[in-house]
Amino acid sequence: MEPFFLYYTVVLTVIIFLPLYRVIKGPTVFDRMLGAGAIGTKTMVLILAIGFIFNRLDMFVDITLAYAVLNFIGTIAIAKFLGTEKATE
Amino acid sequence: MIGNILGITAVIGGAFFLLVGSMGLIRLPDFFSRNHATGKSDTLGIMLVIFGMILIEGATLNSAKLFFVLIFVFLTNPTGTHALANAALRSGLKPWFRKNAGRVE
Repeated sequence: MEPFFLYYTVVLTVIIFLPLYRVIKGPTVFDRMLGAGAIGTKTMVLILAIGFIFNRLDMFVDITLAYAVLNFIGTIAIAKFLGTEKATE
Repeated sequence: MIGNILGITAVIGGAFFLLVGSMGLIRLPDFFSRNHATGKSDTLGIMLVIFGMILIEGATLNSAKLFFVLIFVFLTNPTGTHALANAALRSGLKPWFRKNAGRVE
């Protein structure tokens, strides 16, 4: 099971690099925030695959849950901050 | 053994949906359509991956925690993208139409 998740991690790293284009070259600030959220969502899967590689899934699942909570709180806070102003630039 | 085969199939299918979500985030022309791509496709992909990991792991405490992560992602990922779309619409971002195709890249 470990070599499969090793190759899976490599493929997933390539998939994570794709939204970084939208973070760097987004026309509006919402595009950048959307790309950052997509990167965070895919990083959760990466952390779980690393847990399968190391055979320490009991530790890495907790890290994944904390990462999901932080990602959600950050997205909600920035959406609440940007929704009240004229911040389309 | 059959659980391993089904789990690996679900994990690879989830990676396919994650790839589709990333390509939609790059190629679609507007913020709202990009929001649609990453709100639906990424949620389905990550749920498939975690479901496959539950099938590989078996019936232990870790799979129960993974089930809680799946429920959390299912609830919060569309909520976050909806909040971003609501903020963009409220701050005056215009949606993309076909007749502006020459101007909006």
